[in-house]
Amino acid sequence: MTAMMQGGAVAALEMQGLRKSFGRTEIIRGIDLSIAKGERHAVIGPNGAGKSTLFNLITARFAPTAGRVALHGQDLAGMSPFQINRLGLSRSFQITNIFPKMTVFENVRCSLLWSMGYRYSFWHMVGNSRALTEGAEAILEQINLTARRDLPAGVLSYAEQRALEIGITIAGGADVIMLDEPTAGMSHSETDYIVDLIGKVTQDKTLVMVEHDMGVVFGLADRISVLVYGEIIATGRPDEVRGNPKVQEAYLGAALEAEH
Amino acid sequence: MTDQTQNAPRFGGMNTAAVAPWVIAAAFLLVMPFIFTSNSAITIMNQMSITIIFALSYNMLLGQGGMLSFGHAVYMGVGGFFCVHIMNMVEDGGLPLPLPLLPLFGGLFGLGLATIVGAFSTRKAGTVFAMISLGVGELIAACSVIVVAFFGGEEGVSGDRTYGLPVFGVEFLQQIEVYYLIAFWLMLSALLMYLFSRTPVGRMANAVRDNPERAEFLGYSARWVRFYSFCAAGFFAGIAGGLFAINYEILTEENLNLTQSGAILLITFLGGIGFFFGPILGAIVFTLLQTVLSLQTELWQLYLGALFVATVMYFPGGLAGLLMMHAPALRSGRAGRLVLPYIKTLGPALIGVLALAGLIEMTFHLRHASLGDHHMTLFWVDLDSHSLVPWLVFAAIMAAGFAVMRRNLPELLSAWHSANATGDRS
Ligand SMILES: Nc1ncnc2c1ncn2[C@@H]1O[C@H](COP(=O)(O)OP(=O)(O)OP(=O)(O)O)[C@@H](O)[C@H]1O
Ligand SMILES: [Mg+2]
Repeated sequence: MTAMMQGGAVAALEMQGLRKSFGRTEIIRGIDLSIAKGERHAVIGPNGAGKSTLFNLITARFAPTAGRVALHGQDLAGMSPFQINRLGLSRSFQITNIFPKMTVFENVRCSLLWSMGYRYSFWHMVGNSRALTEGAEAILEQINLTARRDLPAGVLSYAEQRALEIGITIAGGADVIMLDEPTAGMSHSETDYIVDLIGKVTQDKTLVMVEHDMGVVFGLADRISVLVYGEIIATGRPDEVRGNPKVQEAYLGAALEAEH
Repeated sequence: MTDQTQNAPRFGGMNTAAVAPWVIAAAFLLVMPFIFTSNSAITIMNQMSITIIFALSYNMLLGQGGMLSFGHAVYMGVGGFFCVHIMNMVEDGGLPLPLPLLPLFGGLFGLGLATIVGAFSTRKAGTVFAMISLGVGELIAACSVIVVAFFGGEEGVSGDRTYGLPVFGVEFLQQIEVYYLIAFWLMLSALLMYLFSRTPVGRMANAVRDNPERAEFLGYSARWVRFYSFCAAGFFAGIAGGLFAINYEILTEENLNLTQSGAILLITFLGGIGFFFGPILGAIVFTLLQTVLSLQTELWQLYLGALFVATVMYFPGGLAGLLMMHAPALRSGRAGRLVLPYIKTLGPALIGVLALAGLIEMTFHLRHASLGDHHMTLFWVDLDSHSLVPWLVFAAIMAAGFAVMRRNLPELLSAWHSANATGDRS
């Protein structure tokens, strides 16, 4: 049975037989995964397991070698990243991916434009839209960057750029949010703050995230998938995954030990 | 008017600080012909205004959209050629078009061509875009000698602006009337180009320039964003072409060839691509060099080339970047500390550069003047290029100038640091 019909609703994200090879090496080796609407799903796994590659396949940064991805039941084959974004999926990047020469405010405002319906307009002045300015300022407030508003994004500290990365991702109000290691490189207090923020802004939304911090994963996720060598070896609720002997053997034991 | 201050007007459109530069510019354009009344001055100012529009349109590509074009002259040239043909149709009595509207048609033809070329050239930025622009530029320049009916072959096509309908009694017989016509279109075009940079697609042009991939993950197709900028740039280049047609009443292959495309790149970069007003400065300085300096020396292009290389190497922000570097010191009220150190370094440096130019001029005279012609005039001094004395004098002045500059440079640097130091702001 596919998860297509889980609870009578279409899955937010559905992957079937997804594969990706770079040259002769197969990095993603057949993934079937269904993520329900409103679910918070964490993808964990050792370095080089293919977590970011999986994100890249879903968001059309890479074309899959085989298999398909559906968003709210719609096949994403052949679509460009911008088309997928317009369908309501937004993602962040593990390696910070912002507009370095534009101001922090501009970064956020640009991420609001499409979702607010401005499209390719050359007859609106962005400075005239109260909704746009206030929307961008609200996001800045949320990610604690109001004081950095008019600085070029490229001069921010690493942790601030990570916060901006998340701000850009959530700004457009997409209903499926994918975050690739959102807290990597942040201090404890910054991590707590961001996790809290992620929890808040993804209320009633679907969240897919890659995360190494087990505290974050077990605190936030409804379900967890463990990716090892391009294959999902287990999917389930946090307690199920934690108790799964295969997972403990392959990955989690070592990671949990490292936590202590 | 800069990239950095774009957030100043929050609500309700432009505030006073944003409007002021435009009012000043308009007033400036109005009174200029009363200060510089000679015909040649007005000719220079007309050329300047046309070049400003052209350079601003080029910066929509390079500075705002991150597209390095080697063929932008094509859009100005084609717009201009069409306008000359329209002018001739008006003259032949077939077309009741008032002359002041002609540049609009130049713009539309520039836009039309840009729509066609942009459809395939904006797919990628970077080298691919640059190469296509070069190819298209070469192609259309080649067409100008093949399609003689339209481009007029080597002589080009010429027209006469005065045969149109008089507009409120103005027949555009005089340079000054043409001046105000061009000034009007300059203000209008510059304002529209500035406003374009404040629209959603204009803002996204910057985003796509910075990081096209991320822009795609925010819902925008980088290609379409580039396409819109490209079309807008073609439109305003076409307006410049129309004004050129009105001003000179002739267009030739030289108006759209690669030399012309290279010149506009140089002008824009010299002025500075990071600020809206950069290309304006570039166009003004370039036109002055081209018109005034070229009267003084045959070697003006050499000096221009040296200036360009120096800009690329030492001041990639161009003249505008150089000016804006002083904004923090001006804001903190400490720019005054820089005045004396600047005089003490730039003064001698200027003398050194002039002496170097003197040596170059003498070398040129030595090699190229007709046999037995030893006499030349340099900086209002008559001298003999074949005698050793002037060589020694110029070499000594140059060495002294550069030596003094070097000696005073540390003082300038420390003044710079003290003027820009943060922290001790009271
Ligand atoms: N564009 C690419 N070309 C070739 N190989 C790639 C490419 N992208 C990723 N890989 C390889 O695929 C494997 C998985 O990489 P991926 O970045 O997906 O891992 P990850 O699970 O996200 O790891 P990490 O926890 O370090 O982020 C790695 O061995 C990597 O070298
Ligand atoms: Mg990764």
